[in-house]
Parts: sequence; C-alpha cells; structure tokens
Amino acid sequence: MKHVDMSVNLAGMVMKNPVVVASGTYGFGREFNEFYDISALGGICCKGLTLHPREGNPPPRIAETPSGILNSVGLQNPGVDGFIAHELPWLRQRDVKIIANISGNTPEEYGIMCEKLSDSGVDMIEVNVSCPNVKCGGLQYGTVPAMTAEVTEQAKKHAGNVPVMIKLSPNVTDITAIARAVEDAGADAVSLINTIRGMRIDVNTRRPILHMNTGGLSGPAVLPVAVRMVWEVANTVKIPILGMGGVAKAEDAAQMMLAGATAVAVGTACFADPFAPVKVRDGLEAIAAAQGLSRVGELTGGVRPW
Amino acid sequence: MPMQNICRVLQAEQLTADVFSLLLEAGALARAAKPGQFVNIKCGEGNLLRRPISICDAEGDTLRVVFQAKGEGTRWLAQRRSGDELDVLGPLGHGYDYPETGKVLVVGGGIGVPPMLLAGKRAPGGAVAAVGFRDQSACILLEDFEEANIPVKIASDNGTVGHHGFVDALVREYLTEDKTISAVFACGPRPMLKSVFTAAKEFGVPCFVSMEERMGCGIGACLVCACSVGGHYRHVCKDGPVFNAEEVDW
Ligand SMILES: Cc1cc2nc3c(=O)[nH]c(=O)nc-3n(C[C@H](O)[C@H](O)[C@H](O)COP(=O)(O)OP(=O)(O)OC[C@H]3O[C@@H](n4cnc5c(N)ncnc54)[C@H](O)[C@@H]3O)c2cc1C
Ligand SMILES: Cc1cc2nc3c(=O)[nH]c(=O)nc-3n(C[C@H](O)[C@H](O)[C@H](O)COP(=O)(O)O)c2cc1C
Ligand code: FES
Repeated sequence: MKHVDMSVNLAGMVMKNPVVVASGTYGFGREFNEFYDISALGGICCKGLTLHPREGNPPPRIAETPSGILNSVGLQNPGVDGFIAHELPWLRQRDVKIIANISGNTPEEYGIMCEKLSDSGVDMIEVNVSCPNVKCGGLQYGTVPAMTAEVTEQAKKHAGNVPVMIKLSPNVTDITAIARAVEDAGADAVSLINTIRGMRIDVNTRRPILHMNTGGLSGPAVLPVAVRMVWEVANTVKIPILGMGGVAKAEDAAQMMLAGATAVAVGTACFADPFAPVKVRDGLEAIAAAQGLSRVGELTGGVRPW
Repeated sequence: MPMQNICRVLQAEQLTADVFSLLLEAGALARAAKPGQFVNIKCGEGNLLRRPISICDAEGDTLRVVFQAKGEGTRWLAQRRSGDELDVLGPLGHGYDYPETGKVLVVGGGIGVPPMLLAGKRAPGGAVAAVGFRDQSACILLEDFEEANIPVKIASDNGTVGHHGFVDALVREYLTEDKTISAVFACGPRPMLKSVFTAAKEFGVPCFVSMEERMGCGIGACLVCACSVGGHYRHVCKDGPVFNAEEVDW
C-alpha cells in the first residue's frame, strides 16, 4: 500500500493523524487507555470544564433513539483547577494533542478559564458556546452572533499563545452567520457540531425518559446534518474546521473531510465500540491510499458539488 | 482491567417465560470476573448502546449471564443460539468486597438474583441466600444455589412458593437465627434494596447493594450513569454498581 502522510495541521497544532475524540464522550482518556494506548489518536477533546466543579443533572441522563442517543449529563466535571491539577499531568505524558473544552456562565468566566489554561500545557482550547448566558435570560451564547463574538474575544484575549477553537451549536437558523462572527472576532478554528436538542417520551408513563425532559442528540442519526453544516461553514470561513457529529466509521470521517473539515472527532461511537477512533484512523488511511493520495489532508474540501 | 472479547455462545437456555441464560466462552474476561461486576454486551447492529448484564457465574474460561427479555436489546440477546458470537466488554465496575470473617447473606429480588449466585459461591466464609420472586413461575437458579451448597430461603409476592411476602422478612429471619452473618449483599429493584438495607441496619450488619442506572460508555468516561451516593453523583459503571447501602442517598 502506498504510504500516506496522516498528519494534519489544525490552526498551528500539528497532529499525527486527523482523528480526535469528542468532548464528554471520552472523559480525560484514562478509561479508554485501559483498552489501548491513547497515543494512537491525533488529539483528545477533554470533558467540558467549568470554572467551578459541577455535579451535573439528575439521572436518567441518557435515552437511546433510532441510531442515536439523547444526553443530559449537564457538564459534571472537576472544574478547571481540578483538571489542571489531577488530569493534565497524566495526559501530558501521552503522545497526543490535548484540547481543553470550556463552558461559562458569563464572558468573564470564559476569560478566567482561558487565563488559567494559557500556560498549563494544553495544546488548544475548545470553547463550548452551547451554554446559557445567565446575563441574557439563559439564551445560549452560540445562538446569537454578537454573543458568540463576545465570548470569542474574551477567550482570545486571555488564551495567550494557545489557539482558540469555538464549538458551534447546530440549534440555529443559519450556522454560517455564527461562524462568520466567530472568525471576525479572531477565532483560530471552529468545531462542529454540538448536539441537536431533542426529546423522547415513555408512552406508558407519559414521562420524558430524561430527567431534564430534553437533551442533546448525537450518534449516526446526526451525521448528515453535521456534514451539511461543515460544508456550509467551510464555504463561509477560512479558518480550519474540526468536524464531528455521528462519525462512527472511516467513510463518515472521509465525508466530513471532503465537506471541508481538517480533522474529525469521534464521540458517541466510542460507546458502542471503544476502539472506534482507532478503526476510523486506520480506515481513513486505507481510503486515502486507495484514492492514491500522498497526504490525508488532500481530502479536505475535496467534495465535487453538483 | 476491562477487555473486549468476541465470545462464543456455548449454551443457550430459556429458564422461564421471559428469562434466558447464556453460557459464554469468554477466556481471560471470565478469569478476571469478580462477583458483583457486570459485562456490557453489544445487542445487534440496530441497538447503538450496549446492554449491561451482571455476571451470574464464572468458572475457568466460561462466563454465565442470566437476563430478562424486556426491550429490543435483550430480546435480540434472547435469540442467540449455541455457536453464535457476542461482542462483550468486561469485566466492568466495582463488585462486592467480602468481610474479613463470617458468612455473607446474599439477597436477590427477581432478575436481581443472578449476580448473587457468584457472590455466594466465592464467599470465603460461606454464604446463605434469600431470594424473592413474583410467583412460582418466575423462580430461577434454585438448583444452582443448591448445587453450590448455598442454603436458600424463598419468598413470593403471592405466596405460591416459600414465604408469602417480601425478602426483607427472610433477611430478618436469617439475621435472628445466624449470628455468624457479617455482611448482607443485595441486588434487585430499588424499593427492595432499601427494605433489605433497613432490615440489615436493625441488626447492625453492614449491607452492600447493587444499583442500576442507564449507561452510555459503561467504563466511567461519559458520566451518564449517575447515582447519588454520599451527597455526590457517583457512577454506577465504575464506582459501582455495588455501593455501601449506608452511603446511598435513598
Ligand atoms: C449494572 C447492571 C447490571 C444488570 N444486570 C442485569 C442482569 O443480570 N439481568 C438482567 O436481566 N438485567 C440486568 N440489568 C438490566 C438490563 O441492563 C436492562 O434490562 C437492559 O439494558 C434493557 O435493555 P432492552 O434493550 O431490553 O430495553 P430497552 O428499554 O429497549 O432499552 C433502552 C435503553 O435503556 C437502557 N435500560 C433499560 N432498562 C434498564 C435498566 N433497568 N438498567 C439499565 N439500563 C436500562 C438499555 O440499556 C438501553 O440503553 C442490569 C443493569 C445494570 C445497570
Ligand atoms: C454524553 C455526552 C457528553 C457530552 N459532553 C460535552 C461537553 O462536555 N462539552 C461539549 O462541548 N460537547 C459535549 N458533547 C457533545 C460532543 O462532543 C459532540 O459534539 C456530539 O456528541 C456530536 O458528536 P457524536 O455524534 O460523534 O457524538 C457531549 C456528547 C455526549 C454524547
Ligand atoms: S456509563 Fe459512561 S460513565 Fe458510566
């Protein structure tokens, strides 16, 4: 088989391959490292962090849906300081790029977290804007271009040399408007998609399965939505894209890249098969080789639209 | 250390109208299995999430699971036949820790009975069992307890077999009769676990219970399977499924 250069450059962060794992589905990597060396991955988006530790939402926090799941974990996490003290030292010993994922209640909180992470040794900061803005009646930051831009500016101001990637919400009318606002505000990259809001009801008890009533949909069911959004965003902004949403196999990852993603994250698929990200990496290499590419990066943006 | 194994079905058996037993060739996974731990089984391509099932028995390279066909996943599992292959992750979770001395009383309610078999068999100081079922037709694993020389008391909700009522009455009976029992292990529906805990507490005997919660990853990474223990959300798949009943926020 022809040798394929699997390395990619995501906003200055060079990864040995384009396969990353999605925030919240992989913890901080320890559990999966019992199955295989997580250095096999290009990078790891860590569990979403908040300024202070959070307990998360009451259970049930998950419901299975056709080809997907709904979750309402509610950002249970040890807080940014707990992450830096207890998880980061272990992760830094692995040969894998570390992407911290942060959520805040106010733009200032995002700034404080970026400040703390700026000299901690993480390779990138992914900013989750699918959180309620407590100052604006709980409206999600990621649904209003001006609010997303404000968070982006705060993050950039305090992140030092660490690249900032804004994670876009799919729960919007026009994702390109948000992407443009984020690029104009100085973001180094965007990742998408976060989960799509959904609901499931037990017909007999008439209760929603999730204790929070609604939750976020992920898994293979969302793949076509994600590919479409990556394509639209790629046609709008110049900054690189980390594509995710429903990627379970190499062909899915190749679709993401053809649509315009520089790298791809695997999330929910890890629940069905802990080895999924490794299989996606191997399969992606095989696809690139079969197509005679010398670099996997040649897939990026290679779709031939009608 | 959890592992992923493709396990061959050695024997498939129907125990009652809706309860099935599978004996699996599980190699190192079976050898590593401890009482109270579970496995996470992929139930066909159509079901994205694996289904958590307790380890009922483990001997050498073979592993036994006993489960109720309830929804789509477990119904698929019930159709497996000898020679089929299953994708299994395990052994998972923190199981039962035996007391330093004395006997354990293992208590199972309905489909909570299976894990109590291995818990009883492995008890270094011996075990006695109390099991509760809906009615006579729902009884499972009684011969297996007998074969393992574990004395069993039975209760049924309608009195068609054994004591007419709930298992906590049997727990009180045992703890009154036998002062060498130094721990109670229980698995079953939450209200039953609570009543068993209440009974054990009356006698000052420590009680450990196996909790259930819907899972995502099953290995402690996604924080989906939260259960409130000691005022904090702990995770059934990794911190549990077995918790000290004293610490559970009932
Ligand atoms: C640690 C643990 C050990 C278990 N051991 C056994 C056992 O030995 N024998 C047995 O019969 N059952 C056991 N269960 C319950 C078993 O996991 C569920 O009955 C099964 O997942 C139902 O799947 P389904 O596809 O038939 O039902 P569906 O209702 O179609 O399942 C839909 C989703 O909900 C989840 N779910 C539904 N009920 C439960 C439940 N009670 N607990 C956790 N998740 C649930 C399923 O896993 C699936 O993700 C155990 C559960 C846990 C958490
Ligand atoms: C259980 C669970 C927890 C998640 N937690 C986070 C989180 O903390 N922060 C975040 O930005 N995204 C979180 N996500 C969203 C994922 O990172 C990802 O964007 C989404 O699941 C789509 O990818 P997938 O279909 O491959 O899972 C979570 C998803 C799941 C399923
Ligand atoms: S199911 Fe993922 S942490 Fe328990």
